Formats: sequence, structure tokens, C-alpha cells
Amino acid sequence: MNWKMSRVVTTIADVLVAPIAIFGIYLILHGHLTPGGGFQGGAVVASSTALLIIAHGAFGEHKKDLSSLESTGLTLFILLALFGLGYTMFYNYLAGTGTLFGAEVPSGINPGYINTGGTVTLMNIAVGMEVIAALSLILWMMAKRSGSMDLETSRSEVEE
Amino acid sequence: MFWIYQILHLLVLLSLIVTALAVVRFKDLISAAISLGASSLLLSLEFYLLRAPDVAIAEAAVGAALTTAIYIFAIKSTEREEGYK
Repeated sequence: MNWKMSRVVTTIADVLVAPIAIFGIYLILHGHLTPGGGFQGGAVVASSTALLIIAHGAFGEHKKDLSSLESTGLTLFILLALFGLGYTMFYNYLAGTGTLFGAEVPSGINPGYINTGGTVTLMNIAVGMEVIAALSLILWMMAKRSGSMDLETSRSEVEE
Repeated sequence: MFWIYQILHLLVLLSLIVTALAVVRFKDLISAAISLGASSLLLSLEFYLLRAPDVAIAEAAVGAALTTAIYIFAIKSTEREEGYK
């Protein structure tokens, strides 16, 4: 079902979506340094999607896109775990090698460097992709199936 | 400085009880869902005061935003008013 809320709601939602999504991506990328991580950041990004869907309705046809993003995140996670299988599952084979996210961690008190962490950072990115896609897919499917009850009197109904 | 935290805990927990009672008492289900979101936000503030910022972020994102949206979509499919007809 397709609907649209009043102009005030849609404008505020359009303004607020980008900061919320950027904060979620920050939480995902800094997961190995600060509180947060793949799940928390993904949930924050999905809440920005919820804001967009509540304001604008279940627009478009996104089931294929979100499903493939979810599958990509899960496949990346499993491959990341299996590549370390020479030692153990999820062996951190990138830490300290100087390659992707593999800088040496300095000892002592330091502000924290994003180029460290090895496979932990990549795992956070994979989990973030999976959580963003899964929660957005749940919200989009429920909004698509839900009816068109009067939530507001000022709401202008837009037929599909 | 310790008594400030005690008073903050007390305020947050009392408003948590008030919002939780409001969830039960409201007959309008949209109001009850919004009130549940407010209760969840206060619970995440309490987690932050107890120095668990990781749990607080997860609770704020999932409890306050996503479940409220899902409840609103579910209420849109059914009746808005609670009642027995």
C-alpha cells in the first residue's frame, strides 16, 4: 500500500535521514574502537529507513535489491571466517601485516586508529550490510502489506 | 558527585514506570505504541547511566525506532481503537 504523510513530516524526514544514516555508518566503521559495531550501526541505518518508509510509504519495488544485499553480507561473513581456517575459524590473518586494516597497533594510551583491527573491521562491515538489508526488508514488506487506515486526518491518501 | 547519579537514576526509573503504565492504560493503540517507544528510549538512557553504551545503542535503535515502526504498520492493518465489538 502506498501512502504519503503531510508536507511537514516528509520534509523533516528528508532532512533527518542523512545524519542518522551517516551516524550508523560511523558506528559500523568504528566498531573495533568505540561502542557499537555491525549490529548496532546496521540497526541505526535501518531506523533511518523506517523514518523514510513511515513518511513516504512503501515506495518502489526493493525486495530483490535488499535480498541480494543481505545474501552478499552473509556470504562475505562466512568467507571471512573460512579464510582463516588454516589456524582457526576467524583467525585474524590481517592484523599487523600492513595490508587492508592491518596497521601495527601502538602500545600505550592512544586515541585509536581506524586502520587497525584486521578481519574484525571487515566482519563489522559484513554484519552491517546484512543487518541493514534484513531489517529494511522486514520494514518494507510490512509496510507494503499493511492497510490504509486513517493515521492522521491531514494525511492525503495516494492510491497505488 | 555521587548523589547526582542517584537522583538521575531515580528520575529515569520513575518516568520508566509512568510510561510503562501509560502503555497499559491507553485505549488508542497508536498512543500506546508511541508510549512504548518512549519507555524503550528511557530504558536505553538507563543502560547508558549504568555504563553499558553498547547495549544502550542497540536498545535505542531496535526498541525505540524499529519496533515502534513495526507496531504502527501492524496497527494500520487492524483497528486503531482497543475494544470488544
